Amino acid sequence: MKIIILGSGKVGRTLAEQLSNEGHNIVMVDIIAKKVQDITEDADIMGVLGNASSINTLLDAGIETADILIAVTGSDELNLLCCLIAKKVSKCHTIARVRNPVYSKEIGFIKERLGISMIINPEHAAAIEISRLLRFPSAIKIDTFAKGRVELLKFKVKPEFHLDQMTVMEVAERYKNNILICAVERGDEVSIPSGNFVLRDNDIISIIASPVNSALFFKRIGIHTHQVKSTMIVGGGTLSYYLAKLLLAMKIRVLIVEANKDRCEQLSELLPDATIINGDGTDKNLLLEEGLTRVESFVTLTNLDEENILLALFAKKNSNAKLVSKVNRIAFDDIIEGLDVGSVVYPKYLTADYILQYVRAMQNSIGSNVETLYQILDNKAEALEFSVHEDCPFLDTPLAELNIRDNLLVTCINRKGKITIPRGQDSIQLGDTVIVVTTVKGLHDIKDILKNK
Amino acid sequence: MNYSIISYIIGWILNFEALFMLLPCIVAVIYKESSGWAFVLAMLLCLLIGIPLTQRKPKNKIFYTKEGFVTVALSWIVLSIMGALPFIFSGSIPNVIDAVFETVSGFTTTGASVLPEVESLSHCILFWRSFTHWIGGMGVLVFLLSLLPLTGGGYHMNLMKAESPGPSVSKLVPKVQSTAKILYGIYLALTLLEILFLLCGGMPVFDALTTSFGTAGTGGFGIKNDSIAGYSTYIQVVVTVFMILFGVNFSAYFLIISGKLKQALHIEEIRWYLAIIAIAIITITINVYHIYGSIAESLQQVSFQVASIITTTGFATTDFNTWPEMSRTILVILMFVGACAGSTGGGVKVSRFVILMKTIQKELRQYLHPRSIKKIKMDEKLVEHEVVRSTNVFMIAYVLVFAFSALFISFDNHDLITNFTSVAATLNNIGPGLELVGPTQNFSIFSGGAKLILIFDMLAGRLELFPILLLFTRDTWKKF
Repeated sequence: MKIIILGSGKVGRTLAEQLSNEGHNIVMVDIIAKKVQDITEDADIMGVLGNASSINTLLDAGIETADILIAVTGSDELNLLCCLIAKKVSKCHTIARVRNPVYSKEIGFIKERLGISMIINPEHAAAIEISRLLRFPSAIKIDTFAKGRVELLKFKVKPEFHLDQMTVMEVAERYKNNILICAVERGDEVSIPSGNFVLRDNDIISIIASPVNSALFFKRIGIHTHQVKSTMIVGGGTLSYYLAKLLLAMKIRVLIVEANKDRCEQLSELLPDATIINGDGTDKNLLLEEGLTRVESFVTLTNLDEENILLALFAKKNSNAKLVSKVNRIAFDDIIEGLDVGSVVYPKYLTADYILQYVRAMQNSIGSNVETLYQILDNKAEALEFSVHEDCPFLDTPLAELNIRDNLLVTCINRKGKITIPRGQDSIQLGDTVIVVTTVKGLHDIKDILKNK
Repeated sequence: MNYSIISYIIGWILNFEALFMLLPCIVAVIYKESSGWAFVLAMLLCLLIGIPLTQRKPKNKIFYTKEGFVTVALSWIVLSIMGALPFIFSGSIPNVIDAVFETVSGFTTTGASVLPEVESLSHCILFWRSFTHWIGGMGVLVFLLSLLPLTGGGYHMNLMKAESPGPSVSKLVPKVQSTAKILYGIYLALTLLEILFLLCGGMPVFDALTTSFGTAGTGGFGIKNDSIAGYSTYIQVVVTVFMILFGVNFSAYFLIISGKLKQALHIEEIRWYLAIIAIAIITITINVYHIYGSIAESLQQVSFQVASIITTTGFATTDFNTWPEMSRTILVILMFVGACAGSTGGGVKVSRFVILMKTIQKELRQYLHPRSIKKIKMDEKLVEHEVVRSTNVFMIAYVLVFAFSALFISFDNHDLITNFTSVAATLNNIGPGLELVGPTQNFSIFSGGAKLILIFDMLAGRLELFPILLLFTRDTWKKF
């Protein structure tokens, strides 16, 4: 597909690199020559220099034949304007990043009346992601499939789970549970485990299951899965506001520490049920005084990445709280992963991820059958959701009889809303959606799960 | 420096060269020539080195600008040395330096020869000589890029940048591979078109193929001692037109294919290019009218020579060395102007001259209005300061390389015009110069050392100086 990206900030760059690697033709528009130069050197894309809201620049970029326009410049209004202009000369889908909370209540209007296909609000997306993590504190990361009916959960094996030296088969037998271990990370290595794969302590494993079953499984191996009852948020930005709102709706007690007095007053107006503390979030004594040792979750959302990480490390030492930190800069993600600071949320990655999902879903409508695609485990593996159409050559054939690729697991079959973890005798039927986890990249169709003859 | 990726790419270059040599082998089979074995031997040698190099997958696929430039420069050197083997093995050119000179002259699309007469050479050798023009014209790395699925972001653009001529190289479409495919598609289509036109004029198939290769790459190796002079007027006109067409920026053809004819006609560089050709033809025709007698005859002869020189092809239908001084001077100036950026031609390129003229105009304006601010524009788009700067530096480096080359070859003690035009003819990838290296003469008069200098000039000219100069910079090879 031909995709035009407006704005070569971090999100724009991540999108350009990812989409270009997936084989799309990308044109990047930016007004700063140096940036256009840089991105065309780093990724196999074309750069166009100019003002993104000028029709001539857009025509230069080939808007007439484009399939998607993604506006991720720094300004909400510019993004919206670009999409509006593009709509006038082209039939392309338009995606705009709009982060001002004022517009967030008007998304319906914007989508319907202005004809913009997708509005992405990075702070809101991050708030949803964090609230999901707090609802299920044992997981490092949660992705959802089949409209939330299936979850992919990532967690670390600790000695108290008594899973050490057990094979995947034994785990299934002992806990008699409808879950599937679909990927194991050990150090830098990622494997898609077969039945006799032996688990060890400190492995990071991903399981796939319906929310009920995963909760049951965690209960049986002895992880407490209750959602947290209280949370302490450091930093009172837009993201904190969205998050607090979501958490309060879930009946979680919220305490926000914010240094700016005026902002505190604003927040207390907007969030009457939250406790707002006016103080420096990096003050150790203040945090201890407000009950850091007893709080069940601790979320750091200041604008400084370093501060967020340091605070999380401090909290890790002083409490058993579930830790979530926000990191803006995405260049050093591998270093931060190595620090063991609980969950880290990258709003920029999230934005890119959401847009990528939209693009993939669109591609689905013109050829490929991928419903959802997640890059999991540091992009070393993919979890894909396929829809099954008439042309699938192995309808109603038991999975055990299929010659399925190595390093690929058919993890889940969703048949009209009923989720099954398939065993050998199960088969794929018309109208199912099937979730597959694999380290083989570039699958386009359910047919691709078979070995090449 | 990422040596593993460099050796990997050079390995592929060798494999492709072996593939290219298959064509002269076929020619040898058709004409039942024993010199075909020289190609088989050279092919085996290429594969012997190439295949092991490509078997070893590079650990680190990333390469930066410096790797791009070094790879391109080394590839061309390796390509030339291996390409010279058939000449040596077959005994056509037994001297190693002469054989390398001939091959470099072929790949760089210069067309300067050391052979006093070519008609006695076997068909497969003649075919290979002309075919090197075709490979070198669009560039062998561009060919590589169009076929090899090299992954790793935009780094491969560095290869294309280093090999494609012009002050600023940009892609036609978002993907490097698609861009390379489009370029080779246009190149192939135009070449086939020329072959077709030549065949219509009753040219033998072999002659049509080799002449088209020579025109397409703007090379200039002929298969006859008198170049194109012996063919009919129709054929000469066809070659004239196609020489001019191959000197046009290929992005214009892309615009035409995508239905933007108007935009293609408005490219400033092409307008200048055609204007310069027209002015030169008219002036020289007036000047040489008395030699040929009829207007039609002189117009045809002059346009062939002008097209041949400005596109840096180097075919000849008449001995322009005997023309009046003014005409000769104009031709020498045209040698420097060269074709358009992004074409297969050599020289300094019209677009660089346009930028330089505008820079001079801007500088003069600065004297009149010291505080005025004026940006240089081309095709109604701003020319980045970076591009202006690199154009200036290119010019300075060009003049220096030129001066030193002329100085070094003057040790052979030939006259000044010979020395001057032989450097001009090689550095601009034209072929024939004036006096002792005129269109009826050849480069065998030079000593081995002078030939090495001219080999350097040809490579430097084809790759636009910097990739080759970078090889001779000590910092390039330092670890840190």
